[in-house]
Amino acid sequence: MKINLSNQDVQSVSVGKVERLSGEDLKKCYQCGNCSGGCPVSYKMEIPPTRIMRMLQLGRLEEVKAANSMWLCVGCLQCYSRCPKGCSVAAVLEALRQEALRESADRVDVKELPMPLLKKAPQQAIVCGFRKFVS
Amino acid sequence: MNQVLMKIPYYPGCTLNTVAKQFDSSARDSALAVGFEMAELKQWNCCGATFPLAPDNLMGLTAPAKVLSGARKVGDTLTTLCSVCYNVLKRTNSVIRESKEKRGVVNGFIEEEYDGSLSVLHYLEVLRDRVGFDKVKGAVKRPLKGIKAGAYYGCMLLRPFEDVGIDNAERPTIFEDLLKALGAEPVEFPNRIECCGAHLAMNDEEVVTRLSGAVIDSAAGMGAELVVTSCPLCQYNLEKSRGAGSSNGVPVIYFTQALGLALGQDIETLGFEKNATDVMPLLKKKGIA
Repeated sequence: MKINLSNQDVQSVSVGKVERLSGEDLKKCYQCGNCSGGCPVSYKMEIPPTRIMRMLQLGRLEEVKAANSMWLCVGCLQCYSRCPKGCSVAAVLEALRQEALRESADRVDVKELPMPLLKKAPQQAIVCGFRKFVS
Repeated sequence: MNQVLMKIPYYPGCTLNTVAKQFDSSARDSALAVGFEMAELKQWNCCGATFPLAPDNLMGLTAPAKVLSGARKVGDTLTTLCSVCYNVLKRTNSVIRESKEKRGVVNGFIEEEYDGSLSVLHYLEVLRDRVGFDKVKGAVKRPLKGIKAGAYYGCMLLRPFEDVGIDNAERPTIFEDLLKALGAEPVEFPNRIECCGAHLAMNDEEVVTRLSGAVIDSAAGMGAELVVTSCPLCQYNLEKSRGAGSSNGVPVIYFTQALGLALGQDIETLGFEKNATDVMPLLKKKGIA
């Protein structure tokens, strides 16, 4: 696929914001792929962790934000644990989630959660889910 | 026991007061049997159940900081059982201790002057470092002999290593060392440090079934007859997913239930009936119950 890149994309303010929110230097990633290899949910991600990092380096924020990847990351930190450069893709995905939740609707409708789940599931799952999916 | 009990301030967290009561009670009883008392904090609130990975999100640190500052008023150590509470409290403690700027903001929110000087210990660490596994071994009255048990660490006890690691993040042994002290035969299995699917239990069952099922299958594949956990969410996900085919029958229990069992507590007090999987057939088969 041919893509057109401009300096404006690569040095965009919004990608800079992802760096600020996540505390990660996106340029550190050299695409070894350990994060995608270790990630337990990459099989279901529309864009796996390694490619998220590369696309953000190239300023392609909108495509990354449109993918389901950030909503699947549970923050298990396997990516960070195995990254030779010490990058936390989990923190980058958290920054993207924060951005998305601030801009638009909640990912989960609290009113729609089934009662059996609320009765049986550990409270920590519900609290954590609210933190990740609700603004 | 005639020696003076060591009292350690204890933070149960929300889930141990509700769907994981057996985790809480078996831990308290076992503590007394090996020489310490878990003194529950008089007042506590939810830790937030997730450490904010975005470093500018200080709001997410206020709830755990409140717990920490309350605990510091009654001691210099805080212990907890749930891996997530442990992870959140310990990481928040590091931020408060290490960043003067963030400490100021968080303290401003909660109107406290907490400095990060608390030692946050997981119950497993208390057993290893304060009590000693040798002493635990000496207190065993009903050895878990002949049980091949897989210790499931999950994520939050181990990662990120520099902040929370109770052991080597890739090759931990603390959990297996405890099982050995209890007389069981620990089984190391590939998925013991892999994620269970965590809070996706709320909205993506497919992921949880796949990941937790892989954990059980991996344990059973290495010969484990029992899986032992340290987190109510791992416990819930593993019990719900079970695993496929022959590994479907592998029971899952909290490590404190295994501990209480080995320490000779009445089986009726260990709350096995609250678990979703049934460990009793295995215990009967091994002549333990």
